Amino acid sequence: MATAATNTSTRSAPAAPPARTPRPPGPSRPPRPRGRSRGGFLRTLWSSTIGKKTVMAVSGLVMLGYLVAHMLGNLKVFFGPDEMNGYAHWLRTIGGPVLHHEWFLWIVRVVLLAAVVLHGVSAYQLSRRGIAARPVKYRRRRTDYATRTMRWGGVIIALFVVWHLLDLTTGTVNPRGQAGHPYENIVAGFGTWYACVIYIVAMLAVGLHIRHGFWAAAQTLGVTRPGAARLLKATADVLAAVLTAGFLAVPIGVMTGVVN
Amino acid sequence: MSVPATDDTAHGRTGRGMRLTLRIWRQPDAGSPGGMHTYEVEDISPDMSFLEMLDTLNEALILRGEEPVAFDHDCREGICGACGMVINGQAHGPERTTTCQLHMRHFADGDTIDIEPWRAAAFPVVRDLVVDRSAFDRVIGAGGYITVPTGSAPEAHATPVPKPDADAAFTHAECIGCGACVAACPNGSAMLFTSAKVNHLNVLPQGAPERETRVLDMVDRMDEEGFGGCTLTGACATACPKGIPMPSIAAMNREYLRAARRTGNRS
Repeated sequence: MATAATNTSTRSAPAAPPARTPRPPGPSRPPRPRGRSRGGFLRTLWSSTIGKKTVMAVSGLVMLGYLVAHMLGNLKVFFGPDEMNGYAHWLRTIGGPVLHHEWFLWIVRVVLLAAVVLHGVSAYQLSRRGIAARPVKYRRRRTDYATRTMRWGGVIIALFVVWHLLDLTTGTVNPRGQAGHPYENIVAGFGTWYACVIYIVAMLAVGLHIRHGFWAAAQTLGVTRPGAARLLKATADVLAAVLTAGFLAVPIGVMTGVVN
Repeated sequence: MSVPATDDTAHGRTGRGMRLTLRIWRQPDAGSPGGMHTYEVEDISPDMSFLEMLDTLNEALILRGEEPVAFDHDCREGICGACGMVINGQAHGPERTTTCQLHMRHFADGDTIDIEPWRAAAFPVVRDLVVDRSAFDRVIGAGGYITVPTGSAPEAHATPVPKPDADAAFTHAECIGCGACVAACPNGSAMLFTSAKVNHLNVLPQGAPERETRVLDMVDRMDEEGFGGCTLTGACATACPKGIPMPSIAAMNREYLRAARRTGNRS
């Protein structure tokens, strides 16, 4: 039991120091009142580490669902400019005539923005907390690949999203940047070497992020049956591989001249 | 005093034993700065436990009039959870056991071994390799019990417990609270410890009346103590000398979300 920790005997050293090492006054906090005064479900979640991980899991799954649709839509580029541009136009008409032109797209954007903000804020707060919980580093640190790539990978992906929006949504940094002509913008954008490098690095980061993140989300949401856990781990690997390959197909297609 | 480092001495089959260089964290008290100090030890038998090797060092230090290295230990048979130090960056060293049950045969003659205390904000160093783990006691105090009238023990068969539940409870009850999970976690998280304690009681009928308050209060306390959050790296379950399994954390997450939903809807 943990109480055994108070038995700080120094049997190996009978001479000095005194048989009981003096204990510093530990952090003494008043005991919690018995009658719990909790807020609602969401408030409870946001106030705990497990809850913040839950927020990250749910917002991550929302973004993952979007990525699957986005990747599949991207593949339209291999069927020529008419099909790609027609698909892009159709996206703006979803929900009509009930929804106005582009409203569906804006709803998706607002949901995604909320997911990105919640995911990022939770990740930042939990990271700060994790770093503060280990104030003195080990001399020989076992490097932890998964966590490091999650945090830095997340930052890389966030920076990429900003660049990606300026490239193919607003067209600001795109060499062509003509609204309504995504096919031509894609071909022009991936005509530059730096665009391809940025894109490929980011997509590899996305793959690693999904590989750990999807499985971690399942654990956070409480998947405990061994069979289900194995299946979800395999699903995470497949999702990561398929999404990375699907997204990379577009710049590789442009670079090899399949898409022109 | 030079001892030739031969294969024979590496396996301790001669009278001289192993010769090791130890780099040990020395810190006089919580308020003073600490640092790594280098010591040489000789005549180490591969059959010694790691703690016996440190005893040998301390005897030499005492004879030289120096302060011996303080470290926690009690039963020295791997069941109490008192001992624990980070050896070459691994909690309890290279074998999956407690430091007292780690034997010197897992090291080679001439090795340099780094020995550090558990590093966590919630486990302040008391002296040298001794850390204050009373944060764990406070997590237990927040809900790691069942509220029953004490007195004569109840009839064992009064409350039937299905065999799988009893097995699950026992798996989690194996936790000895040594703190290796916190020491190994890159975030200094106590999720594996807390999940072992929560699941141990929450799967049993005796723990059912306090099922929700237990997990909510213990997780609250865990967060208040300054442990980090879980990033599911699995370093804790790899370091755990008692083999508390990684899915224990997912099981506590499930309990937590269930409890938060229920109490959230009530309030």
